[in-house]
Amino acid sequence: MKLDAKVPPGPLPDKWDAHVDSIRLVGPRNRPRYRVIVVGTGLAGAAAASSLGALGYEVECFCFQDSPRRAHSIAAQGGINASKNYRNDGDSVFRLFTDTIKGGDFRAREANVYRLAQLSMSIIDQAVAQGVPFAREYGGMLANRSFGGVLVERTFYCRGETGQQLLLGATSALAKEIHDGHVRMHPRTEILDVVIVDGRARGVVVRDLVSGEVSSHAADAVVLATGGYCNVFFLSTMAKGCNVTATYRAWRRGAGFANPCFTQIHPTAIPAGSEHQSKLTLMSESLRNDGRVWVPRKQGDKRPPAEIPEAERLYFLEERYPRFGNLVPRDVAARNAKEVCDKGLGVGATGYGVYLDFRDAIQRLGVKTIEARYGNLFEMYERITDEDPRKAPMRIYPAPHYAMGGLWVDYNLMTTIPGLYAIGEANFSDHGANRLGASALMQALADGYFILPVTIADYLSRHPSGEVKADHPEFGRVEAEVRERTKRLLSVNGKRTVLSFHRELGQLMLDKCGIARNRAGLEEALRRIPQLREEFWRDVKVPGGEGELNQPLEHAGRVADLLEFAELMCLDALTREESCGCHLREEHQTEEGETKRDDERFANVSVWEYQEGAKPRLHQEPLAFEAVHLAQRNYKT
Amino acid sequence: MKFTLRIWRQDNAKGPGAFVSHGIDGISGDLSFLEMLDLLNEQLTGRGETPVAFDSDCREGVCGMCSLVINGRPHGPNALTTTCQLYMRHFRDGEEITVEPWRARAFPVLKDLVVDRAAFDRILEAGGYVTVHSGPKPDPNSMPVEPAIAEEALDAATCIGCGACVAACPNGAAMLFTAAKVSHLSLLPQGQPERYTRVVKMVEQMEKEGFGGCTNLGECEAACPKGISIKFIGRMNRDYFRAVLKEPIDRRGPMNAQ
Ligand SMILES: Cc1cc2nc3c(=O)[nH]c(=O)nc-3n(C[C@H](O)[C@H](O)[C@H](O)COP(=O)(O)OP(=O)(O)OC[C@H]3O[C@@H](n4cnc5c(N)ncnc54)[C@H](O)[C@@H]3O)c2cc1C
Repeated sequence: MKLDAKVPPGPLPDKWDAHVDSIRLVGPRNRPRYRVIVVGTGLAGAAAASSLGALGYEVECFCFQDSPRRAHSIAAQGGINASKNYRNDGDSVFRLFTDTIKGGDFRAREANVYRLAQLSMSIIDQAVAQGVPFAREYGGMLANRSFGGVLVERTFYCRGETGQQLLLGATSALAKEIHDGHVRMHPRTEILDVVIVDGRARGVVVRDLVSGEVSSHAADAVVLATGGYCNVFFLSTMAKGCNVTATYRAWRRGAGFANPCFTQIHPTAIPAGSEHQSKLTLMSESLRNDGRVWVPRKQGDKRPPAEIPEAERLYFLEERYPRFGNLVPRDVAARNAKEVCDKGLGVGATGYGVYLDFRDAIQRLGVKTIEARYGNLFEMYERITDEDPRKAPMRIYPAPHYAMGGLWVDYNLMTTIPGLYAIGEANFSDHGANRLGASALMQALADGYFILPVTIADYLSRHPSGEVKADHPEFGRVEAEVRERTKRLLSVNGKRTVLSFHRELGQLMLDKCGIARNRAGLEEALRRIPQLREEFWRDVKVPGGEGELNQPLEHAGRVADLLEFAELMCLDALTREESCGCHLREEHQTEEGETKRDDERFANVSVWEYQEGAKPRLHQEPLAFEAVHLAQRNYKT
Repeated sequence: MKFTLRIWRQDNAKGPGAFVSHGIDGISGDLSFLEMLDLLNEQLTGRGETPVAFDSDCREGVCGMCSLVINGRPHGPNALTTTCQLYMRHFRDGEEITVEPWRARAFPVLKDLVVDRAAFDRILEAGGYVTVHSGPKPDPNSMPVEPAIAEEALDAATCIGCGACVAACPNGAAMLFTAAKVSHLSLLPQGQPERYTRVVKMVEQMEKEGFGGCTNLGECEAACPKGISIKFIGRMNRDYFRAVLKEPIDRRGPMNAQ
């Protein structure tokens, strides 16, 4: 496997423009001859499919939900970053770029991140033109708020439903292209494998989730925009359907998988309450702008929060990080919450929770102002917990939230398989080892609206269209494999449900490959996962048949892939002998318990290559930092 | 807590379907309705019975995938709440709970509690957008929008397209959904150029899909988990009648890549 990032030459600020100028294009008359498959209709997929359709390509688009507008992007709450500098607070492209590189703890590619910062402004312009109703100030100008980990206000938002509004914008553009016949939409259809012929991606094999029919779709290029894989932890803030199948299958077919162990644990979710809980609900991190995080200073202090006097409260973020206080980056906030709970200071039924308190903000600004800012989040919290955050502090706890790891891509967003692209959360992304708040929406949309539609032309223009059709024998072979896997799942007929395996895997991964990890734990997980997988294939019970709407079967296929992928995550975590970004490798910390990076050995991207019947092989893409000085993060002073 | 669940079971789109009762015990009030159904499915699977098919995805009230009529009410008894955020503490211990799919001619049942809502997507495809290509656009601050207008547009745009409005309407009308989508864009400056052609196309598509007519019963508003107001229906009707009276001539040629 050869890793060539194809970063264009020239000064950082000029790279993208120069690249666009030098790229080969496909003329408008030829575009309809090229067929592109886009898997996924989240922000990345919907933006890409609609943009490609509008350019005139023939697009086939897939999602497993019943409508493209229900993709998981819809759940994003807080906002989207752009370096508009509307607030005149010193923001700039360069500052968004450096914030992202530093936030990612120096594990992202400079050229990609710079381009992202440059394109951030166009995203806001595009969304507003589509009718996205961002919050406005009294004079009618766009409003901004600040988001964890940065010193400027550059986040654009629609109340607590920014993702929904951006997705409605992107899927409305998609709807137009569907109507005009440029995009053929296949909802309730799941990609189960990618087809490679002569070393190039030529299509996908899918299952119609209503009829159960398995079929092949050929194209000149395939784009995976299938989102993140945090459901490997079972309990996460992701939608129930989120999975790793498409990218994992692409990996098995030869695409490099980068940094699989990099996942983000979000600091502000509602803590788990019971063993049958199915997901964790995120409380937007914007709440940390006005909420103060604390726990009782005394272990096992069961008094109601209002009865705990000021002096007996430990505002652990404010004390430890006076400059950023409650607005430290996500990983710092999450790790500190876990640490105080591990010390027995946690609150709530399970002892795994900390308070997020609005008392002082309400006293200072009045309940009206606070409600205007967070009203719908308060309602959501109250609906779930039956408690009113205006009267008693919220309880929060970290939850798996975002996958920085993903398929390795070059500057053109192409994976190591020619003709196979990965965009949005599905690629290994510009967020390095840790993503800043409000930057995922930005990246998914930059990839989908502005980067992929241009870079894919370069690839397409170099190959004749329609070379391989779905009747090629390779499609038949892959289809047969997919059918065989489905049959196997249905024929085990054991005793345990899919859900029970998923839960067990999740708990194991959270314990061993979560916020804090160590060698012994990872080695244990690497022993345990194959056992669990063996048990799954021996004892799982998947009811129903193949040729029908069969939800347990869908779930079983996803869990089967997660059970294999989990091993790759642990292997990657074991190999990365440093603490970096979101994760503390317990062996690598400073005396004060802060993370210790190792730039000598690990200033690189770990890219894994699948090996039939053998351990995956590790490759590395070295990362050079020319524009930002390689330095330890410091949120203390 | 303990419940008897009377659930609509139907093998596929063709099948007749019937209510089947399933008992469930040991349920904590802090489980969501869907988590309770997960647990029921675990038990059914364990006993070699077929689990109940139902749609859900985000489980935080915004994707609009979940869709159950619970005791005769779309999304159950609580106002402004989707099924995925409904908790069992809102039911009486020992209660019999009836669970059905959305019932509407335009939403055929696919299996058990899963319905086909593609008709909504076709309404959006008919005109629910502002025609803009991806590429450079003017700075948004060059076109100020009064915050009250932006907020009202968002009140409409917050519709999650779940279909509860249709399921609640005795006529099976899709007016609230269509009106929310129309009003979101017609309120904003960006939506003005296509304002009148859009409303006509969307309303015509809605009528083609076999949704019923609106007789101002207001059930849709009461059932809407996002609190979309029926005032948007009035808004849409005004735009529609103006459009029909004015009969604007669509002078655009085809806007293909060519
Ligand atoms: C609760 C929550 C809140 C968030 N808030 C913010 C925020 O405020 N700001 C921010 O910047 N980011 C936020 N994020 C992160 C952000 O929402 C996501 O990273 C981003 O939306 C991902 O977009 P995407 O297009 O890559 O993937 P997704 O939106 O996840 O879309 C994936 C698509 O792929 C399809 N798919 C997947 N697998 C298959 C398959 N095998 N076959 C067919 N189709 C498939 C799905 O149907 C779906 O259409 C949040 C995330 C969560 C979980």
